[in-house]
Amino acid sequence: MTLDDILTPRLGQALRPNIWDIVALVLVVGAMVLIVYGGAQTTLPLSALDASPVSLDPAHLPVYALRTTMRMLLAIVCSIIFTLCYATLAAKSRRAEMVLIPLLDILQSVPILGFLTFTVVFFLNLFPGQVFGAELACVFAIFTSQAWNMTFSLYQSIRNVPKDLEEASQSFHLSGWQRFWRLDVPFAMPGLIWNTMMSMSGGWFFVVASEAITVGNTTVTLPGIGSYVALGIEKQDLPAIGYAILTMLLVIIAYDQFLFRPVVAWADKFRFEQTASGAAPSSWMLDLFRRTRALRALTAPFAATNRAFSNLHVRLPEGLRLPVTTRSPSRLVDALWLALIAVATGYAGWLAYRFMSRTLNLGDLFAAVGDGFITLVRVLVLISLASLIWVPIGVWIGLRPKFAERVQPLAQFLAAFPANLAFPVFVVIIVRYDLNANIWLSPLMILGTQWYILFNVIAGASAFPSDLREAAGSFHLQGWRWWTKVILPGIFPYYITGAITASGGSWNASIVAEVASWGNTHLMARGLGSYIAQATAAGDFPRVVLGIVVMCVIVTLSNRLIWRPLYAFGERRLRLG
Amino acid sequence: MLDTSKEANLLDIRGVCRSFPKGSGEEILVLEKVDLTIRSGEIVGLLGRSGSGKSTLLRIIAGLIAPTAGDARCRGETIIGPPNGVSMVFQSFALFPWLTVLQNVELGLEALGIENAERRKRALAAIDLIGLDGFESAYPKELSGGMRQRVGFARALVVHPDLLLMDEPFSALDVLTAETLRTDLIDLWIEGRLPIKSVLMVTHNIEEAVLMCDRILVFSSNPGRVASEIKVDLPHPRNRLDPAFRQLVDSIYARMTQRPEPKAPTLEGIHGTGVGMVLNHVSSNVLSGLIETLAAPPYNGHADLPVLAGHLQLEADEIFHLGESLQLLRFAQLSEGDLMLTDAGKRFANMETDARKRLFAEHMINYVPVIGLVRRVLDERPSHTAPEARFRNELEDYMSEQAADETLKTIVSWGRYAELFAYDEQSETFSLENPH
Repeated sequence: MTLDDILTPRLGQALRPNIWDIVALVLVVGAMVLIVYGGAQTTLPLSALDASPVSLDPAHLPVYALRTTMRMLLAIVCSIIFTLCYATLAAKSRRAEMVLIPLLDILQSVPILGFLTFTVVFFLNLFPGQVFGAELACVFAIFTSQAWNMTFSLYQSIRNVPKDLEEASQSFHLSGWQRFWRLDVPFAMPGLIWNTMMSMSGGWFFVVASEAITVGNTTVTLPGIGSYVALGIEKQDLPAIGYAILTMLLVIIAYDQFLFRPVVAWADKFRFEQTASGAAPSSWMLDLFRRTRALRALTAPFAATNRAFSNLHVRLPEGLRLPVTTRSPSRLVDALWLALIAVATGYAGWLAYRFMSRTLNLGDLFAAVGDGFITLVRVLVLISLASLIWVPIGVWIGLRPKFAERVQPLAQFLAAFPANLAFPVFVVIIVRYDLNANIWLSPLMILGTQWYILFNVIAGASAFPSDLREAAGSFHLQGWRWWTKVILPGIFPYYITGAITASGGSWNASIVAEVASWGNTHLMARGLGSYIAQATAAGDFPRVVLGIVVMCVIVTLSNRLIWRPLYAFGERRLRLG
Repeated sequence: MLDTSKEANLLDIRGVCRSFPKGSGEEILVLEKVDLTIRSGEIVGLLGRSGSGKSTLLRIIAGLIAPTAGDARCRGETIIGPPNGVSMVFQSFALFPWLTVLQNVELGLEALGIENAERRKRALAAIDLIGLDGFESAYPKELSGGMRQRVGFARALVVHPDLLLMDEPFSALDVLTAETLRTDLIDLWIEGRLPIKSVLMVTHNIEEAVLMCDRILVFSSNPGRVASEIKVDLPHPRNRLDPAFRQLVDSIYARMTQRPEPKAPTLEGIHGTGVGMVLNHVSSNVLSGLIETLAAPPYNGHADLPVLAGHLQLEADEIFHLGESLQLLRFAQLSEGDLMLTDAGKRFANMETDARKRLFAEHMINYVPVIGLVRRVLDERPSHTAPEARFRNELEDYMSEQAADETLKTIVSWGRYAELFAYDEQSETFSLENPH
């Protein structure tokens, strides 16, 4: 956790600036100005939104893009802070773990846009009459789409810290605080960064979806690419949609080049391996900063601060520290703790029941479950179709390394692209050819998530050992037999990972995808997504809650009954090497 | 007089016991009433088989785990958590891969809150001492195993501990590298350049213990306790080819094989009662290979263990495992540091594959109680199948989960080789059917 390798102090000439300093300085100053400008816009009163409504003039798009990007950045910072606290608590305390981990599991399957309904009202009331409240609601929605998988990743890493390093840090008297920053966090870094990137990809979808939201009588339109597209849809302006898609493409490329590539290249040293292997990831941005002299000298105080921070004397009071003991934890305290959890759960369940039973009856439950199954069928059919298309293509690409090298980033990029920006294009087609909405709206659910299947299959096929391929070739395995005996088992674990992500994403997308409009034309497909979307638009909270609960249960059950067993099977039997 | 001797003791271990929970929930005793005293200025070795609890004892001294009973004191103070003035070198090096050599070495000083300039000075001095000059800014993954362990030593020495603990520090290194590192360390020790007072090292390598230690405590297994204490008076530097050195090594080999063990070849008492015996997994291929080697010249059925270990490039621990497996199957006999083929073993060496399998099967059923049990259960059940859990539960009444795993693995592998029964990994069941 130190920046020492960037900052090897060769002081004599280190302070003389070079050409790279100028380039880097411009980049840094530019970023600061943008942040300050974007930040100033959020403190305006809510009425300012009405005074200067979102306009379809493409000249405004850069500013809208900036606002959207800043929301995203803020959300990721919140997610990281949340992850550090929540995952650490869950990993270090057995009793907290009992509650926090199942809770996280459920939170993961809650449809994010369903959350938005409540949070918009809550945050608007928190800062009445200010844009800030609406901004927070939007940031919170993105946060809920990002935090959970990052938290899981950190939790699992902390639980799996190698025993010998744990003993070493203990025997060298590292305090808990030092251990956290010197051992736990660095060890978790690669997984955490990978998950942060995945979260970021998913986040674009929700930032776009949550900028223009109507809950009952409250309509909030925050300036941003999402609300720009919403207005474009209302005005039936297809070129505007095109501009928005183009802007988004540029923003995602910039994010990747300026933020993620440097971070991934830097974090390469945290990979836990004892021997150097493979080509290290590289980034022109990081290289540029490593070449600068003055800027490197300027960051030295940061490195020192960072080091001082991780060496802070943070000690728990004597009573709370865990001594080295052989005693097993007290049964009595466990029982009390479990009783407390049971009481809290019972109370929360009763509250929820009372809230919903006031206006809903058993028939509503059946309706919601029925809609849930329609959406479930949709998701399963779409995943199967996408697999039929993308698995052969992915295998074909993956087995050609040169080609895969170029296609892989493209597939990852497409997965990051918020597919909801492209929805209007599909709606126009459906309306023009008068297609059945129940069928033809469905592909929208998987529009953005199918790429997970593609890029995981490409990764699997690229990693397939060439000696096994050669063996298959020398035994003349061909056609159907080659697919079922050689390559499909070989890529299975990768495929399952992709399919799990794709199915989770599709459920989330259903709330936006099952209801679509173009100007005054409103299309709707029957399903749980449209059930929730309609209830949200009508401000019917009990139905929103019911819909969310049903979706949670179905998603959790299908995870437990379908995906996890498949994943475990793949890991146990088909993992190569 | 009493007082001064008490002062001089770095470490006092009195009647220390340690037990771990067994698979079935009860406790299994791994360390029984161990006494150990370490004074200033000596290198003490804990020598024993794997599973003899010597690493557990080291971790109790390091304050990483607590004893279940008994008294462990470092410089007169009861050990609760890692004591000051004790540092440790790990078998796996335990270096932080994201820190450079210098940062790794500085880590222990940072934890002590030593200020920057002093920290850098001491770290560089330790790096210099241990011969790592020029590697300060390298990451561990760029170094060879030997260099990595040097970082491990520098990191442990930089805090100037009174007592240096070493947990099989050379066993992850190749033969040449390990030897260089050992002699470098001993040289520094003799010259008095190491900033430490005493060393306690755990090893299963007999020659290593004789080469380095002033005192060797030989551990016996199940439960671990100190079987004997051997003083090594040979002057440093010691020569492995010196007759006195060889004699000492031979006598320790003999001591470690002659000890009455649960697995000793007494015919009575094993049959039918020893279901709880832990079987170490040794491949049937290796066993056949060893029998062939023993039967062929120059051994002609009779080998001196240190010689055999040297020839096959095996650690003492490994050769013991092999020898004991052969002894259990009555293909060979261990005594006084020698391994001798039995008549059955000699016959086995001259057989064809199928005949070997039959003989192996016969010996397993007769002499390995748990395999006899598996076969009996399968024969008696009408379906001729039995879930693995049936035997795992029974094993875990006697041993830890880990040992039960190892034993089951051995049962499956030997049973498959001898075609005694089949095992389906997916459903975890034993059966009598042979796959077609």
